[in-house]
Amino acid sequence: MAGSRLDRAARIDRHRPLSFTFEGRSIPGFEGDTLSSALLASGQMLVGRSFKYHRPRGIMAAGVEDPNALLSQGTGGGTTPNVLATVTEAAAGAVTRAQNAWPWLDHDIGAVNGLLSRFLGAGFYYKTFIGPFAGTRFWMACEHVIRNAAGMGRGTTLPDPDRYEKLNAHCDVLVIGAGPAGLSAALDAGRKGLDVLLVEQDFALGGGLLSEGAGGAADDWLQGTLSALRALPNVRILTRTTAFGAYDGDVWALVEATPDKATRQRYWLVRTGQAVMATGALERPLVFAGNDLPGVMLAGAVRRYLNRHAVLCGRAVVLCTNNDSAYATALDLVAAGAQVTLCDLRRDIPDALKRRATGAGVTLRLGHGILAASGRKMVQAATIAPMGTDGRATGTGTRVPCDLIAVSGGWAPTLHLWSQRFGKPVHAPGIDGFVPGPDRTGFASVGAAAGNFTPLDATDPEADFDARRAPLAVHILTDSRGNTPGKAFVDFQHDVKLADIDQAHLEGFVSVEHLKRYTTSGMATDQGKTSNLNALSRLAALRGAPVPQVGTTTFRPPFTPVTIGALVGQEHGHHFRPTRLSPLHDRHARAGAVMTEAGPWMRPWYYPQPGEDLRAASLREAAHVRQDVGIVDVSTLGKIAVQGPDAAEFLNRVYVNGFKTLAVGRLRYGVMLRDDGIVLDDGAVARLGEHDYFMTTTTANAAKVLSRAEFLLQTDWRDLRCHVTTVTDRWAAIAVAGPRSRALLSTLCTGADLSAQALPNNHFTPVDLAGVSCRLHRMSYSGELAYEVYIPAPQAGVVWDALQAAGARPYGTEAMGILRIEKGHVAGAELDGRTTLRDLGMAGFASTKKPFAGSVLAQRPVLTDPERQTLVGLRVQGETGAKPGALLFARGGDARGHGEGWVSSTTYSPALGCNIALAFLARGMTRAGETVRVVSPVDGLDLLAEVVSPHFLDPEGNRQNA
Amino acid sequence: MLRFSCPVCGLRDETEFTYGGDATVRRPAMEETAMQPWIDHVFMRDNPRGAHREYWQHDQGCRQWLVVERNTLTHAIGAVTLAREAV
Repeated sequence: MAGSRLDRAARIDRHRPLSFTFEGRSIPGFEGDTLSSALLASGQMLVGRSFKYHRPRGIMAAGVEDPNALLSQGTGGGTTPNVLATVTEAAAGAVTRAQNAWPWLDHDIGAVNGLLSRFLGAGFYYKTFIGPFAGTRFWMACEHVIRNAAGMGRGTTLPDPDRYEKLNAHCDVLVIGAGPAGLSAALDAGRKGLDVLLVEQDFALGGGLLSEGAGGAADDWLQGTLSALRALPNVRILTRTTAFGAYDGDVWALVEATPDKATRQRYWLVRTGQAVMATGALERPLVFAGNDLPGVMLAGAVRRYLNRHAVLCGRAVVLCTNNDSAYATALDLVAAGAQVTLCDLRRDIPDALKRRATGAGVTLRLGHGILAASGRKMVQAATIAPMGTDGRATGTGTRVPCDLIAVSGGWAPTLHLWSQRFGKPVHAPGIDGFVPGPDRTGFASVGAAAGNFTPLDATDPEADFDARRAPLAVHILTDSRGNTPGKAFVDFQHDVKLADIDQAHLEGFVSVEHLKRYTTSGMATDQGKTSNLNALSRLAALRGAPVPQVGTTTFRPPFTPVTIGALVGQEHGHHFRPTRLSPLHDRHARAGAVMTEAGPWMRPWYYPQPGEDLRAASLREAAHVRQDVGIVDVSTLGKIAVQGPDAAEFLNRVYVNGFKTLAVGRLRYGVMLRDDGIVLDDGAVARLGEHDYFMTTTTANAAKVLSRAEFLLQTDWRDLRCHVTTVTDRWAAIAVAGPRSRALLSTLCTGADLSAQALPNNHFTPVDLAGVSCRLHRMSYSGELAYEVYIPAPQAGVVWDALQAAGARPYGTEAMGILRIEKGHVAGAELDGRTTLRDLGMAGFASTKKPFAGSVLAQRPVLTDPERQTLVGLRVQGETGAKPGALLFARGGDARGHGEGWVSSTTYSPALGCNIALAFLARGMTRAGETVRVVSPVDGLDLLAEVVSPHFLDPEGNRQNA
Repeated sequence: MLRFSCPVCGLRDETEFTYGGDATVRRPAMEETAMQPWIDHVFMRDNPRGAHREYWQHDQGCRQWLVVERNTLTHAIGAVTLAREAV
């Protein structure tokens, strides 16, 4: 028999009983219980199997530091692995299970790993899978078994049914931790009228006060302080809320486990003027043989379960301590009816303390420690022995039967958040540990988190024992030769033994950072909250160096594990990012268009008629443009107003071609480069007035081009009197393409002469189209006689409807792609951030009379190498067609390696009646007429294609200039 | 997360801004035809430890390019000025 519930005052509500299941067993509890307190009250000390050796493990602590009590909770999609029982509220009807146990908790086959521990020690990841067996096939066979046995719990692959929220908050003072120090700080700041946010990870406020006897002075002080705080409207209190990340800019990440069911967790991003870290301290365990047996607990946790939950964790208790704090546990246990043997590793303690303990009935063993814990799945005895101040036994051990071992190796300030923000903490010999460095602007540490263990007057239990007294710096208890008679664990969650630390040191891993990674100590979900200091002090002892010289590893967020769902919030699926819709979106939806994503935009992909698939619809749409007239929504193009006396100079600098000669009323296609000589974007610029230009960019690069223009004009070119403004959303745009486009527009437009003479290619004119004032640009992307109508966005629908009513048929981006490939126009697949003007066969566009952005670096030898892969067209043989990404190889050669080129865009050409492609091929058009292999191993494709001009259709431009 | 005091908009989160590179490099004049100055401008950067000047654009706000003084060691943010007013 281990734990049991006592009939004594505690912080549970006995009028509200509840029950949940653990491994199918019904566990009774009360409101105010954690999963762990209820499990302990039911005598369920064993709660899981360990990660590597599948050793039985029990509840060790009463807070976030517990390395063992990880359960799976919930069923189906709501399954959550690695729920820490020591901080999770017992909820009626909850379904929990042990982890790492197979086939079941009491009889675990994986425990055989314990016998193989020789192979699973420090660095086994690096060593085990090499030899002695020939080759690696044996280990590859083992991998399957090992992977099945490994891991912490099992996640679910089902969709998460829970809802999560994200919210932003501001405050003057963020107080983290609602123990006595945090409550005092919050009250102090609140009384000054500051906007205070007090967060506490527990569901109850009080921190360490909850470990004190219920109904005593601690509760009086707590209730008084809480009512004072609650009376202040400027103080917000969040329970079940963990501050898990401290970031630059005084930004803090919190996660709140909401008690209501509608939202499971809330992720808070808090900006604060001042943060107060009142996170308390965590107790250090001691390292001795069998210290991982269920029934070995931290002394402070034992006291907390007793006073908070009325749970007595054991009746025959052996305590072992190197400091005063365990005396409080000893006295409370005795008062609750337990038999207590207290081994104090110190020989000399004040007489008052000695009298207090022995007077209460504690069997006191000064200068003694625990050599070994023994038992099967449960502590049954402790072997205690006299020990020197080095932790080595100086005499023979005595076996003391017991059902609970409680240990205290001193207290370590919970300084994780300070370290996340500012790096390495400072060693404090007085507490044999580390403390945060001095307070910084906007960041203060208070109470035990600052290494200040002074009890508040109001909560000071008795003066006989004093948490301020320095502990004896001994944590590792061994026999006289320095060995542990059995496995002694440092990191319980990752199954790192003392022997693993020793072995890593022997192999030369003497830096604390290397030690951590080699042994994986401190790398489990608990991030070494109970193990880091013990691993570190062992390494220091092995190196013969003082602890501060060995140093610590750096803490990083999160302080405790955070559900990814909380970080995601509602930003998933459709809401992963904002969606941009064209002003004509409703028209497309009504026409039954299938939409496709283009960056943030939704664009019509194709408009299927009954029975048509993508191919049938897009080929029909493209053919219709070639024969008649089609319209396509190009509102997504980037549109930038470039204005000012130096606008022409600016354009002349960013485009490779000349813009100073562009006359008012004309428009010009332009290409711009990056400064390194690679093509950035292309588009057209219309000169609307003397100092007024209208620039278009590709849909994909609109933001990039605008930002770059702003950058140049605000930094190195700030002398230019020129301003850029995005007008993308102000203008809708519709391309009207096809041999009948002029005829159709002529019937609809008034106020302009659209004849070939009056409006040749690359000219524009204001028109009145269906009563809407628009601008008509004559330019072609399809290779047909074509126009772009720029319409004030709110009137776009009127124009679209008028064009359709006059006989134009809509086409989507797929048909647009077919048309531009037939014409040999480059698009995103060709402007991929690696290609130069020369690669694209557009070197002739670049002016030789002026410098332009990128003009110098475009001449780098690597970019002008004649061997470079440059744009060609391919006529692909056969019915299949090529695939973008396919590689090109010489016809006679081997299809190995990266080939001589690659395919960028492909389509079936309704105009040519064959499959065509745009591709980049070494030495490019010098190979016109050659037949090459088009190979795509991933698509199982091996075709032949003839190298031809990329301008498959009407290379002279007769159609577009008609 | 860093926070910058935008001279136009006030103290704002880093997520509203886009990093724009080293603000200590100067673009060669347009007339510069030698390759080395352009190579230096485009590719060569110091990686200073401590005080540094960087370009950030408040692209989710006023769209101004800013010169931000940032300590690369501590992430402390110093003066933030409009790039068009920076010396």
